[in-house]
Amino acid sequence: MTLYLQLFWEFFKTGLFAIGGGMATVPFLQDIAAKTGWFTSSDLADMIAVSESTPGPIGINMATYVGYTTVHNHYGPVAGILGSIIATVGLVTPSVIIILIIAKFLEKFRDNRYVNAAMYALRAASVALISAAGISIVLISVFRINDIRQFRSAVFDYRCLLVAVLILVLTRWVPQTRKLHPVVFIAMSAVIGIVLRMSV
Amino acid sequence: MSYLDLFLTFARIGVLTFGGGYAMLPIIQREIVEKKGWVSEAEVMDYYAIGQCTPGVIAVNTATFTGRKVKGNLGGIVATAGVVFPSVVIITVIAALIHGFANYRVVQDALAGIRICVCVLIFNAVLKMWKKAVIDKVTLLLYLVILIASVFFDASPILMVVIAAVVGLIVKGRAQS
Repeated sequence: MTLYLQLFWEFFKTGLFAIGGGMATVPFLQDIAAKTGWFTSSDLADMIAVSESTPGPIGINMATYVGYTTVHNHYGPVAGILGSIIATVGLVTPSVIIILIIAKFLEKFRDNRYVNAAMYALRAASVALISAAGISIVLISVFRINDIRQFRSAVFDYRCLLVAVLILVLTRWVPQTRKLHPVVFIAMSAVIGIVLRMSV
Repeated sequence: MSYLDLFLTFARIGVLTFGGGYAMLPIIQREIVEKKGWVSEAEVMDYYAIGQCTPGVIAVNTATFTGRKVKGNLGGIVATAGVVFPSVVIITVIAALIHGFANYRVVQDALAGIRICVCVLIFNAVLKMWKKAVIDKVTLLLYLVILIASVFFDASPILMVVIAAVVGLIVKGRAQS
């Protein structure tokens, strides 16, 4: 029971503080992973890939996946379903409450000087947090280390760099492919991973 | 118009959205403005603008707003449940499958490749957000401080968000600024 309550509370906090779209939940999930050990940072990278390649808002997909994985690891697959639901409800509860309140004075809120002033700084904070989360996912996936302070034990695999450069070029500079949905690149890199036997 | 209609319409939006955020805008507009006429075009734009400066997922915020407008507070909750319902079902199934197959070599190889792709996707998302967020010296400084605090000192993201909000209010909150 405490695990369910803890799950709800962690996602409630994430829902309350993650501002600015789906990826904004990533740093909070990383913080949850570090604090609770419910899942690892490489699990998190898998969750992002699944959330990007399936229908539905990314933040919701992430919550469902984390909720399932966490409870599954403790109590098995059937309880995992309950975990999916609790984490998702936890994530949306703060925003539902806030929106129901704001809806009463819509216009005033949007043009409020203090709201705009806070948002000016929060946007930068959000990008910084996502950048930091991205760096730690790079460390795990490319250099196989958990922390930037362990840099001396980094393992460098040239195949990772190769795939990264390929995807970067396709998503940014090739006009025929750059508009494609992320799911295309995720599928492509899965095939490359299998062909190059990248899990070692 | 019933609660069931509200639930199903938003469940439809949840299924049709692939990727979230602004990719949803045309689908939401078609479903609730053009087909159902529950809210006006201008109202949806307002919901989006507010969704950007409130916590939570924009699709969920829009669902809550629309549901509340047509059916009151309970309507807001029903619409929100509708929009998240497909995700919960689909992701639970996928997560269960991945757990069942995670030990196979081929699945591990695929995931190793996918993780690299995720790094690039995050990098692209950061670049896109950077242009709108880091616009002057104050925001650049905030960006660097929070990045360093998070990467090297494991700073709590909640604390960082609270500090940023306070900095924003101090720098831009005064009148005539």
